[in-house]
Amino acid sequence: MVVRFAGDSGDGVQVTGGQFTSATALAGNDFATFPDFPAEIRAPAGTTFGVSAFQINFGSTAIDTAGDQPDALVALNPAALRVNIQDLPTGGLLIIDTGEFNERNLRKAGYQANPLEDGALQQYRVVPIDISRLTLEAVKAFGLSQKDGLRCKNFWTLGLVSWIYDRDRAPTVAWLKSRFAKRPELAEGNIAALNAGHAFGETMEADDFTGYTVPKAEIAPGLYRSVTGAEALSWGLVAGAQLAGLKVVFSSYPITPASSLLHILAGLKHFDVTTLQAEDEIAACCAAIGASYAGALGITSSSGPGVALKTEALGLAISTELPLVLVNSQRAGPSTGMPTKTEQSDLYQAIYGRNADSPLAVVAARSPADCFDVAIEAVRLATRYMTPVILLSDGYIGNSAEPWLIPDFDKLPPMPVAFHTERAGFHPFLRNPVTRARVWAKPGTPGLEHRIGGIEKDYDSGNISYDAANHQRMTDARAEKIQRIADDIPPQTVSNGAPSGDLAIVGWGSTYGPINRAVHNLRHAGLNVSHIHIRHLWPLPRNLGPLLQGYRRVLVPEMNKGQLRTVLRAEYLVAAEGLNKVTGQPFKIREIEAAARKMLGA
Amino acid sequence: MNEITRPQALQPKDFASDQEVRWCPGCGDYAILKGVQRALADIGTPPEQVVFVSGIGCAARFPYYLSTYGFHTIHGRAPPVATGIKLANPELDVWVVTGDGDALSIGGNHLLHVLRRNVDLQILLFNNEIYGLTKGQYSPTSRTGTRSPSTPTGSVDNPVNPCVFALGAAARFVARTIDTAQKLMPDVLRRAHAHKGASFVEILQNCIVYNDGVFDGVTDKAVAADAQIHVQNGKPLRFGKKLEKGLRLKPGTLTLEVVQVGEGGVAEGGILAHDETNRVLASLLATMQPPDFPEAIGVIYCSPADSYETLMVQQVEAAKAQRPNAKLSALLRGGHVWEVQ
Ligand code: SF4
Repeated sequence: MVVRFAGDSGDGVQVTGGQFTSATALAGNDFATFPDFPAEIRAPAGTTFGVSAFQINFGSTAIDTAGDQPDALVALNPAALRVNIQDLPTGGLLIIDTGEFNERNLRKAGYQANPLEDGALQQYRVVPIDISRLTLEAVKAFGLSQKDGLRCKNFWTLGLVSWIYDRDRAPTVAWLKSRFAKRPELAEGNIAALNAGHAFGETMEADDFTGYTVPKAEIAPGLYRSVTGAEALSWGLVAGAQLAGLKVVFSSYPITPASSLLHILAGLKHFDVTTLQAEDEIAACCAAIGASYAGALGITSSSGPGVALKTEALGLAISTELPLVLVNSQRAGPSTGMPTKTEQSDLYQAIYGRNADSPLAVVAARSPADCFDVAIEAVRLATRYMTPVILLSDGYIGNSAEPWLIPDFDKLPPMPVAFHTERAGFHPFLRNPVTRARVWAKPGTPGLEHRIGGIEKDYDSGNISYDAANHQRMTDARAEKIQRIADDIPPQTVSNGAPSGDLAIVGWGSTYGPINRAVHNLRHAGLNVSHIHIRHLWPLPRNLGPLLQGYRRVLVPEMNKGQLRTVLRAEYLVAAEGLNKVTGQPFKIREIEAAARKMLGA
Repeated sequence: MNEITRPQALQPKDFASDQEVRWCPGCGDYAILKGVQRALADIGTPPEQVVFVSGIGCAARFPYYLSTYGFHTIHGRAPPVATGIKLANPELDVWVVTGDGDALSIGGNHLLHVLRRNVDLQILLFNNEIYGLTKGQYSPTSRTGTRSPSTPTGSVDNPVNPCVFALGAAARFVARTIDTAQKLMPDVLRRAHAHKGASFVEILQNCIVYNDGVFDGVTDKAVAADAQIHVQNGKPLRFGKKLEKGLRLKPGTLTLEVVQVGEGGVAEGGILAHDETNRVLASLLATMQPPDFPEAIGVIYCSPADSYETLMVQQVEAAKAQRPNAKLSALLRGGHVWEVQ
């Protein structure tokens, strides 16, 4: 069941969605959400570019995506209707606040005539309700101004939708009480609106409009919570640092959609997390490098344009072989692009985007909950191989939520860092024979005083060296070290389907959900299709090449113009084909299914 | 900073590394290296607790010639790297070595913020008013009209005065010294080190190859007594061979003027005394330049406040004290949770 709330960005749509999500979690359903909000902080009210939406997909079977199209759409004004109506399938439930459908708002949304009157909405199950008026009536007793009263509209709507889908209102009531502890009249008003909306559903006589009950989902037993990608990523970084026995220094500069990491980590000081809001992206990266040099875990974070600014400093971390985790919450680009829209177009930047031969490790998260594990993996690789690691996430993963089977942190394997202290034979570029990582000797260690920097170092002493043969040797050593990571990561598995066959659909990052669902459906239809999802993007797993050779054809759906496809072709000479889109929206399951069917002639 | 006394006092040579020093013969950097090694020996922090961080340029080679820890980073970015080091380990004694191009051109933004944040660092800016390493282009401190490969008919833009910039960036310790001033420089560096917070020291440095003699008007023996004023906290602002000149506020204005002291001039009591905690006076002193005024040398401003990393550590420690047994597993299980059977 997919429900989309849409309204003006001032209508509290994201809050409504978040509360509905909590209630859905408590009802025992699996779910996935997709918040979609405008780039403008305060876009003019009533305009199409000020429309904010929140979609949730929930049900009693496993949910991988926020859903292709809504089964029900709540449109709180004409602009929200205009922007979202094309996604509602024929027969879909359409709840409309008629109180907002006046001439002025219709004009702002670009309607010539009122769609409620001209038959434009015939194919839907329209439920027109004057939500504005009903809300004001419900909150009349609490002495709120007209403006504050209308602000309760989102909770009236939530009450109605809670009735339709049989969601519990109690957690929302509790949340409102704590949220408005200082202004009890607002809490009371909103609760009254919530209850009034619910009562409206109960008492309404409409054939089309009966309540649904979605049974609990069949999911693995254990303790669950709802988690956003930004939360899971932050906690994963702290978890990784604790497993490594390191203090965290997180240094970042505000940028959409990456800032939430800085906000969350700034609230985790009691876990020995120090955060620095640096003066710019470059400083943010440099401070993290300085922290790693001094023996902490330096982490920096940004989105594509900010990562571009950090590039020179990344080169320094590669040259001095210091651990560093760089989180890129990708967004649509180039340049400023569309900051609030999602894309996965920074793969080239992550793998190749530096001057000179500058290899590092790249990993990508596939979903909000997956961020936790990937963050720990990034810390592991960075500290074990003394290298920067780029962790790719995106705006969609960061902002959306899904249920998470909470891991038992105390049972995760420790990965302690051993700082070098041995004076005998010391130089800063002594290498571990297995990993080829150099030693980590931190300032403060007696007898190991040394100098490092971005100038090429002598392989055997760590001193400055302009020797040509030595530069070849050091360049090879840096590349070799990163390649050895491939021996230390799990072999590539097949997420769904057989290890050979007619078609492999290969993905990375947040396309996991739609690809997985599409492959599930295709296999259900008897097609010989497999899903391969790549977490370690550089170096690639050793068996990936041979694995891909086992399929007749390879399809790579990506929210970019074909970056992983190019990498796979370059690495394995495999005839991978692309399915590419950059509309700022996640893939729909049926888009992937259609592309696969076309390739298979099925 | 931890003052650790060792059984045997450290000597300047204990701070020399085994690397061959590779500046041009006669470069002012040699003298600065000597002065810094002297100061480090006097300060006495063991070499393993000392970190020198530099950016790019001739000055940036400095860490390689010291026996301490050293990090030669990228152009202009030493201040944020040093900030990260202090956040990771506030116990370390961290010095930044930079030049006029490194600190005030490509790294201007970082210098501004490291000073206003008041990170506990000693920042030594070797000002030679030229780009040396890239072969002589004019720099942001070059005087208007400087002819260089990139300005063959003379530069047209105004230079920035490093000490005035530092004061404008809310630095709490600002000093100026000279490469050849071997007695004064270690004193100034010791003061800079003793000040807990960002200590900014401009060192006038002669680039013998690309800008030789650019500070002659200040440092030449023949003019030095009249072209320099050695400021000392609480002492009258006097200069000249026989200290026959002094500074006072021009009556009815907020500007300084040079006056004769004593007979036929202003009585001794009429001369301004240096107050290094007075930011307005510091700005007036830092701005002075020959030929109309002497160049202020010494500690121009020192008014300590809590340093950035001290306050950050306090916040982290307070958070830890508030939740002494914070467990990550509890954080993960916080919020709405539900059990699936
Ligand atoms: S170019 Fe100038 S500043 Fe650089 S080392 Fe030579 S003399 Fe010194």
